[in-house]
Amino acid sequence: MPPSLLIEQLLNGLQFGLMLFLLAAGLTLVFGIMDMINLAHGSLYMIGAYLTATFVGLLGNFWLAVLLAVLGTALVGMLLELSVLRQLYRRDHLSQVLATFALILIINEVVRIIWGSQPLLLSAPEGLSGPVELLPGLSYSAYRLTIIGVGLLVAALLFWLVNRTRVGMWLRAGASNREMAQAMGVPIRPLFTLLFGVGAGLCAVAGAFLGPILAVQIGMGEGILILAFVVIVIGGIGSIKGALVGALLVGTVDTAGRAFLPLLLSQVASPEVAANLGPALASILIYLLMAAVLFFRPQGLFPART
Amino acid sequence: MKKAIWLLVLLALGFSASLAQTRTVKVGFVSTLSGGGAALGIDVRDGFNLAIRLLGNQLGGLPVEVLVADDQQNPDVARQAVDRMLKRDRVDFMTGIIFSNVLLAVGEAIFEEKVFYISPNAGPSEYAGEQCSPYFINVAWQNDNLHEAMGQYVQTRRFENAFLLAPNYPAGRDALTGFKRFFKGKVVAEVYHRLGQLDFSAEIAQIRAVRPKAVYAFEPGAMGVNFIKQYAEAGLLREIPLFLPGFSADADVIRAVGRAMVGIYNSSQWALELNNPVNQRFVEEFRKAYGRIPTLYASQGYDAALLLDTAIKAVGGDLSKKDELRKAMLAGFNSTRGFIRFSPNGYPIQNYYLRQVIQQPGGEIVNRLVGTIFTNHRDAYVDRCKLR
Amino acid sequence: MRWPLLLLVLFLLAFPPIASATGLEFYQGLLTKIMILALAASSLNLILGYGGMVSFGHAAYFGLGAYAVAILMREGISSGWVIWGVAVGLSALLALLIGAICLRTRGVYFIMITLAFAQMIYYLVVSFKQYGGEDGLRARRPEFGLFELTDTALYYLSLAVLAGALYLLHRLVHSRFGRVLQAIRENESRALALGYPVFHFQLVAFVLSGALAGLAGALMAHYTQYASPNLLAWQQSGHLMMMVILGGVGQFWGGVLGAATLSIVEEVLQDLTIHWQLGVGLILLFIVLFAPKGLAGLLRRRP
Repeated sequence: MPPSLLIEQLLNGLQFGLMLFLLAAGLTLVFGIMDMINLAHGSLYMIGAYLTATFVGLLGNFWLAVLLAVLGTALVGMLLELSVLRQLYRRDHLSQVLATFALILIINEVVRIIWGSQPLLLSAPEGLSGPVELLPGLSYSAYRLTIIGVGLLVAALLFWLVNRTRVGMWLRAGASNREMAQAMGVPIRPLFTLLFGVGAGLCAVAGAFLGPILAVQIGMGEGILILAFVVIVIGGIGSIKGALVGALLVGTVDTAGRAFLPLLLSQVASPEVAANLGPALASILIYLLMAAVLFFRPQGLFPART
Repeated sequence: MKKAIWLLVLLALGFSASLAQTRTVKVGFVSTLSGGGAALGIDVRDGFNLAIRLLGNQLGGLPVEVLVADDQQNPDVARQAVDRMLKRDRVDFMTGIIFSNVLLAVGEAIFEEKVFYISPNAGPSEYAGEQCSPYFINVAWQNDNLHEAMGQYVQTRRFENAFLLAPNYPAGRDALTGFKRFFKGKVVAEVYHRLGQLDFSAEIAQIRAVRPKAVYAFEPGAMGVNFIKQYAEAGLLREIPLFLPGFSADADVIRAVGRAMVGIYNSSQWALELNNPVNQRFVEEFRKAYGRIPTLYASQGYDAALLLDTAIKAVGGDLSKKDELRKAMLAGFNSTRGFIRFSPNGYPIQNYYLRQVIQQPGGEIVNRLVGTIFTNHRDAYVDRCKLR
Repeated sequence: MRWPLLLLVLFLLAFPPIASATGLEFYQGLLTKIMILALAASSLNLILGYGGMVSFGHAAYFGLGAYAVAILMREGISSGWVIWGVAVGLSALLALLIGAICLRTRGVYFIMITLAFAQMIYYLVVSFKQYGGEDGLRARRPEFGLFELTDTALYYLSLAVLAGALYLLHRLVHSRFGRVLQAIRENESRALALGYPVFHFQLVAFVLSGALAGLAGALMAHYTQYASPNLLAWQQSGHLMMMVILGGVGQFWGGVLGAATLSIVEEVLQDLTIHWQLGVGLILLFIVLFAPKGLAGLLRRRP
């Protein structure tokens, strides 16, 4: 196997993992602090992508469009929290699952009414649509490199926010013990609304940057949502560090599995068998990873709660 | 009292008028109208509707009613929609399905009800060979055909090897089988991925690693848009020539991908500039009605309606004459590709063309007809079908 | 309670001849589907409602039952009774395996790990190309010896199976076993302190629930004559959960009520608008926010 292939696949895994992290970060904080399962998190990712595509169409500038989409999605997230989700904090997980499942249906249809059922076109910004030569003989998509850069930047920003600011301290306090934090005077209610806004904004970043690689279409948030849940369960609910480690693990395992399992299998089996079994095994790998982590460390790799 | 009697008389008149009215043709149109394959379904639907409108909302002289349902590219959803149309609405004909896996999930249920299915797109090898049905007619092609044509073309260009890529579903497997039937060079890798996959980073890395002389990819709908974009973004389009079937290089994909497409060769059973009156009228009316360049999918939808019109006319509007209807359909019709006959398995015997994507002086990017690859070509499975 | 139930049964018994006389066979099919989904939802209600185990992977057993039919028929085994035995046995075995591992976790982790296992089953089944892969597999109707499995026979068969299962479940939840199960749901540590083998009680319920879901899946395959990977997908688990919560968690008729309501609502809305899912979503949201005990809870509140 040529080393350039290995490097390219590692970059692919890193790129996917970082985008997963953006989704998982908001999810894990909401989950950890409010003990709330929010299936509609993926819908915010979809809204982010749709807003980006719309603003790109209106303004013609990708970066400005992303900024507006992030703000817009954060607003939608906060409105959602104030109107519906707030009612659900005191309810059991079952009610939360159902209510947010209902929200998925509602948001999907609203998006269909506004934007129609055909996927929207969203292209990478003109200057980034070509390749970049990293090493002799290894060109890599400039756009994907940009995604990696943005992912790292947002991750660093988030770590700074959580570990170095007062709001971050509140968040960490809330994640480890909500009642205690409340008793110590942490303004829980506005904090929750703000948190939802930040989570929604992170979703929008992921949606905006994955939009040109995947497709801006209805239901785009559902498959990736399940992966984000896997990430936070592996990482430990409520832990940002766990979300990052989990996301990179899942991203790398998924990409490596998709890329190398069929190659490995084709050494021992016919191409069609390899093509069949490879992706299936790669998809299962992630869940096996999660089941194994839960079996040995039922609270995930970096449990936030004490 | 008198008024009431008058009312009753009026009602009776109205009732008998409705009885005397000639029967309507009900056509069930199930297609992919949302998600990644929506562009295909919408084109077929628009072509089909256009033909019916131009025929004066009639098929073979009978007033027509079209029931449309979206299968969401999901075999399960399609089954429910088909079930509803067959059992509740009792349609006379069915058409519209884009994806072969969807068709294979519902086909037998339709044939069992002795309802004709006019396929405007999906042409699985299963229905061409052992499982062929007298109630199945495909106006487009058998799944292998466009790929056979491209295999033949890549062979004449004498590429020593090729890398093949397709989604893992019946039409994807048919596609690569068809390509390999005529391409005699070495196949360095034959990669199947999940249907509906949109991120091709792993496959592109693989292509870069094995450095083939040519790449052939069958990627319908959004998959094609994404694959070609990402292939270009990775810088491979300049290094390794990419060959495509017409599905991945028609107006819908060109609109989405843009200039990167220019220069790509592809195969099709239809082309914009085919010189016959049916096609000229179709292209002109389609552009007028929808404001965009028609695709091969649109021509297939248009042809499906023309075939129904010809056959219903031939039996004088008596839809109960199933055998005569079938004979009339197999005998052929004037399509956007000229006059076309069918093999006993219901698949067309027709020409296949080579096209190239070019940029016109005005800036518009279109497919140009380059030449003919096959003349009066049949599908490879017809001998395995017992129907005569 | 007795009278409405008797009326309902009479209506269901009399429906097929009426339907065939009036050309309403389509609605007979709809009723068949509702009865099958009611069986699946009731089986989920046993662990979800009475056992307090929020399994987000019930589609695994439901889908496995359907695939058992399709695969055995393809392999030339055409006795309906054998197929049912395999479908139920396999689902029970799978539930035993999954349950034994998952029941060691609690809360959110239980939800996620049941989901993980269901996803694994999904991808495994999808990887077998000879059994249709992502396209699903045609499932011919098997032979039952005593009768031919026509649409009408399937209708009565589903009715009989549903009635039998409901009777069994009714006996079960009112038995000592059922009471202990509910006690565990209310307060697990107390049940443990009282000396009940909590794990075993939960596991038995889990396996029983899986077996019933497998049977429902087999019936579903007879109904659609097709085993679809969608039956195994996580959305299917969510759909079954929706039915239970809509009908009423831990209410005996919750599963039946939820399955019927959701199916009918979907059918009606689908006819009215292409945006029918908006209606379904709003109704569900309303139920969660304002009727936490589901429809059964709403009905019961009336004097």
